[in-house]
Parts: sequence; structure tokens; C-alpha cells
Amino acid sequence: MTLAQARLSPDAPAQPLAEARGVSRTFQVSGGFFRSRRLLRAVENVSLAVQPGEAVGLVGESGCGKTTLARMMLGLLAPTSGEIYFAGQASGRLSRRAIARLVQPVFQDPYSSLNPRKSVGSIIGLPLRVLGEDGGTDQRRRVEGMMERVGLARRLYDNYPSQLSGGQRQRVAIARALITRPQLVVCDEPTSALDVSVQSQILNLLQELRQDLGVAYLFISHNLAAVEYMASRIAVMYLGRIVEEADTGTLFRAPKHPYTQALLASVLTPEPGLGVPETHLGVSYPNPLAIPPGCRFHPRCPRAMEICQTVPPLPVPAEGDGLVECHLYPPPPAARMPA
Amino acid sequence: MGERILSVEDLRVDLPVPAGTLHAVQGVSFHVDRGETVCIVGESGCGKTLTALAVMDLLPQRAQRSARRLDLGSRSLLGIGERAMSDIRGSDIAMIFQEPMTSLNPAYTIGNQLEEALLRHSRVSRRKARDRAVYLLERVRVTAAAERLKQYPHHLSGGLRQRVMIAMSLMCSPKLILADEPTTALDVTIQAQILHLLAELQREFAMGLVLITHDLGVVARIATRVVVMYAGQVVESGTAADVFAAPAHPYTQGLLACIPVPGRTQRGARLGTIPGMVPTLIGEATGCHFASRCAYATDACRRNGIPLDAIAADDRQVRCIRHAEIAAGAPAHAPEAVS
Repeated sequence: MTLAQARLSPDAPAQPLAEARGVSRTFQVSGGFFRSRRLLRAVENVSLAVQPGEAVGLVGESGCGKTTLARMMLGLLAPTSGEIYFAGQASGRLSRRAIARLVQPVFQDPYSSLNPRKSVGSIIGLPLRVLGEDGGTDQRRRVEGMMERVGLARRLYDNYPSQLSGGQRQRVAIARALITRPQLVVCDEPTSALDVSVQSQILNLLQELRQDLGVAYLFISHNLAAVEYMASRIAVMYLGRIVEEADTGTLFRAPKHPYTQALLASVLTPEPGLGVPETHLGVSYPNPLAIPPGCRFHPRCPRAMEICQTVPPLPVPAEGDGLVECHLYPPPPAARMPA
Repeated sequence: MGERILSVEDLRVDLPVPAGTLHAVQGVSFHVDRGETVCIVGESGCGKTLTALAVMDLLPQRAQRSARRLDLGSRSLLGIGERAMSDIRGSDIAMIFQEPMTSLNPAYTIGNQLEEALLRHSRVSRRKARDRAVYLLERVRVTAAAERLKQYPHHLSGGLRQRVMIAMSLMCSPKLILADEPTTALDVTIQAQILHLLAELQREFAMGLVLITHDLGVVARIATRVVVMYAGQVVESGTAADVFAAPAHPYTQGLLACIPVPGRTQRGARLGTIPGMVPTLIGEATGCHFASRCAYATDACRRNGIPLDAIAADDRQVRCIRHAEIAAGAPAHAPEAVS
């Protein structure tokens, strides 16, 4: 049992909206012509829960498994092992529709995630039709209401995605996600494809919607400044594992894991005179097809010890209702967990 | 500072499009001295990439370039012909692009491509070229440099490819490097490492560096001077310290207000926004390009073209007729784009 699970004791007040319990996901990838297929371990034994009304940030670099975890928490991808629970029920026992009523996605690229041959109104109304809530004129009214809510003019109802700007398209994607009033929206890099001035409009909108509708977010990004702004709790992923988790204030004030420290040091704030930070990370790059033995971060870690090369660290509880998985923070002897 | 490496005056790029002529770059002027890093910053479509391509004479064929002055050192690059220009490209001026995979040839080894840069431009032996390739790969901290020469681009990770690109740009000891969004496709920790490396090499080889980016964080940390572009024009320029301490143009002010800064922006508080959209650059426009989105615009702003005025020493310039009033606290109103 990991800490994320331990925190969710049965007498906890509310069930998490979506919860990953010890999930792993592997993929078979082609090794190339005449070569055997290889196993890619995208996510390995990860636990993460999103409580009602909460905004959880998930950060990590490309290939760390954050999108795979997101797709599992949307019910779009089955874990190889472990289980996803939606409002306390195992995903295997829920229908696709029941999950879609609870969780909806907003994807990164508003250029490829909207059907170019459907009008804006039709795109936003699709979830209503899929969930059988199609009420004729009522649907148009609901779609227009939602368009107004996300800052899209009603006159765009019959327009096509190609006639919209990037920011408008992302508003369409957000309206589509919210039209069925889900309790959780999984946002996978929702602003990465947008210009700076448009990005702030979308972040503002997501914050407003959270306050007004009480929707919870799983907010995935490589942009730490955006995650800090959006999330109340942050999980840091590295090569398939959550290596640190804490409330946002604690994580930014006192990052524990050397990887989190390097990530935070790499945030280039617009403050001239500070120069480009030295991350102290090695030149080797993380490759999910060749996960190092021991601690998976050790080849890049500036504080790696001998033990890190052979023994994988265990998650230990940390300040800020969090956990950290690093040999620099050995578990207290009494609470040592079985390997 | 030192010797002037690049002088650009009144650079214009026109592109014929079905609806008329797109004035993509409208009279851009800037200069780069030895040992200086000049950042050209702006959002998509502002003309920053075309400015760089125009300097290199690598514009799309149908594009029309004109300039009052385009000097590399004391030599004019205007009308020198493709033959002379291709001698300059790669030897005196090198370019680094955003996506290293598309700028490296997948069919040739790393060694082949590195050596070619030198063999093409100077009379050295293959052996000498290989020695320099190994030396530079080591300088950009690529491990096992000699073995890497036999590898193909697809063997390398994105960060490693960008290091190879940087090594390649240095093969002929250029006076000037033009880097177009060199770290945008990279992860944050790797972005910090690459920028750190670029800054270090630029100091060591005393080159001029022009870095094109949309990321104000990158600009603040690496720039000596900043050129802010909007809708084909320079709207503000100055030293990084001056521009970030006291942005003079309402667009620069707006951009800076849009980005969340950890530790400074309160979580969930509204971020600044720039309402409206970039105007079309097709056909002739009158008045300030930013007027429809500007909270300080008056009728005078919409009437005539706005000149780029010097406002202080150190090449501090701004294209705004109300900058002094705004600095003195002129009241803002709702921009036209909102009403």
C-alpha cells in the first residue's frame, strides 16, 4: 500500500472522483526492422487521487508517462495492472457512459482535437447526444448557454473550427468538456499550443469555471508556472513513477526530490540579471525504453549515492501531506514498508 | 559595446497571398555587437522568424525582401547573389532552428554533417575536420563524442540533437549565430541546460547571438538587449534590464502581465490579458497596429503611422505616442476590441 492510498481511509469524508491505485501500463513497441519488440513501461505502480473540487497538478517531462496516466484516469486506456476507481467504483464495473458523465478531457492541441467538418454547435453538443440527453431545441439552448459561459459569442454556433483562432478553439474544447457538467476535467497541456496572451485568457477561464461550477481538475503540464498558478496539490512524475507529491506551497517552498529541485530551478521567470540557472543535471537523457536500475533518476542526479544505482527507493511520507521517493529521505525504521 | 557585427535597417518582407500582399515585416531595424545577445520576442505571426530568414536570405521564393541596410560587419549583404551568400551562411553566420530533427539530414551520420560544414567553407583535411567535430561535441558536453560521429540523427534524443546542432553551428567559428526558438521543443530542464551552454559558448567565442523566442522568461535570463515585435513592427527595444524594469509599450506591459510567476502571482488571482486579436497584415493599415487592443488608444493613435522613437540612451526605443503619459499614470479605458 502506498501513502496516497493510506490517506484515503474508508472513513474519509468524500470519495475521490478519480483514483489510480497502484496502476501500471506497458506498451509493446517495435524495435525496428528484424528486431524483437520491446516493452515500454510508461507508468509503473502509481497511485494518485483527485478529490471533489480539487485541482491536482501533474508535472514531468516528455516520456514520463503523464499523458498515459491521464488517459487511464479518463477511462480511455485500461491499466496493465492495478485499478482505476471513479467515485469509489472500479472502472471495470462501470460503463463508458457512466465514466464520461463524471470525467471529461481537454487536450493540448485545439487544431487536431476538434472535428474540422462539424460546426461549433455540433461539436459542443456531441457529449449531450452521446449521453442521450439530446432534447432538440433544449440542446441548442444548453450549448449556447455554455458558449456564453466560456466566452464564445453565440453567433459562432454555425461556424467551423477552421474559422476560429487557437484560443477560441480551446474555448470550444472546454465548452464540450463541461456541457454535461462533469465533476472532473482532465486538462492535458491545455495551453501549451497557445500564444502567451491567449494562454492567460484560458487559465483565467479555467479558474473562473472552477470557482463557479465547483469542477475539479487534473491539470497536466510541463509549464511549472502554469501548474503553480492552477493547482493546490502537485505530483511530479519521472520515468513512470510519481517521485514527489505535496501541496503546491510546500513543493515550491521546499522541494525535496533532486529532480523536483532541478525542475523548479529550470523555471525561467522574467527576471533579468539572474542568468540561466545551472541545473547540475548530467547530460544523459531519460529514455522510457531503457529505465535505469535502482533509482531511475540516478544517472542525472547531482546527489546520487552508491545505493541509488541498485536499490529502488520507496515512497516515504513528507511535509505538506505529501510523499517523496528518494534515498536521501530514508523511511523511519518503524514505518518501513515491505519492498 | 564592441565591434558591430550586424546592422539591419528598415527591413521589409512582403508575401503575395490570394487576398493581396501580406506585409509580414514592416521596416524592422536592429543591430548586434560582438559578444552581445539580442532577443527578438513576439507572438506567432509577428514576423520574428521571417526577420531572421530575411537576414539569411532564406525566405520563401515568392517573398520580396527590401532593406535600406543589411550589413555583416562592413560588408553589405544586399544584392550580393546566391553564390556569395551561401559562402557566408554556415561560415560567418550560422543558424540554429527550433526542431533539430528537421534540420539534420536523416540519411547522413552526425560526423558527416559536422565535417561537411567545415569542408564546404575552408580548405582543411578530413582529418582536421573530424578533430574539430570531436572537439566541439565535447565542448557541448556530448559524451563519447568520437563514437557519436558514426551515429545517425535518429539515434539521438531531442536534447542531444540540439547539442549537435550547436556544435555544427560552431564548426566554422561564425561571427554571428541566429537561433530561432532553439529550445521551444525541449523539456524544461533540458531547455535550461541548452541555454546555459549557448550563453557560455557565446561568451567564450565572443560571438553575436540573435535569439528569437516567444518566451519572456528566456529573454529575461539571456538577453543583453531586447527587440519586441508586434504585427510586423518593432514596438519596443532596449536593454533587458530597462525593458523588464519599465516596459514602455502597452503591448510589452500586457505581455508581461499575462504570465504567471511562481512566488509573485497569487494562485487563482486573475492574470492580465490582451483582448482582441492581431490585425491582418494584408493591405495597407493606418495608425498604430496595437490600437484596437490597447487600453490607452485615442483617435490620434488610429490616424497616422506611429514612429519608433528614441526615449532614452542605450538604444531605448518605443513605438507609442502616449508612452510618456502612460508612464505618468494616464487612465486606461476598455479597448475597442472589447466593446
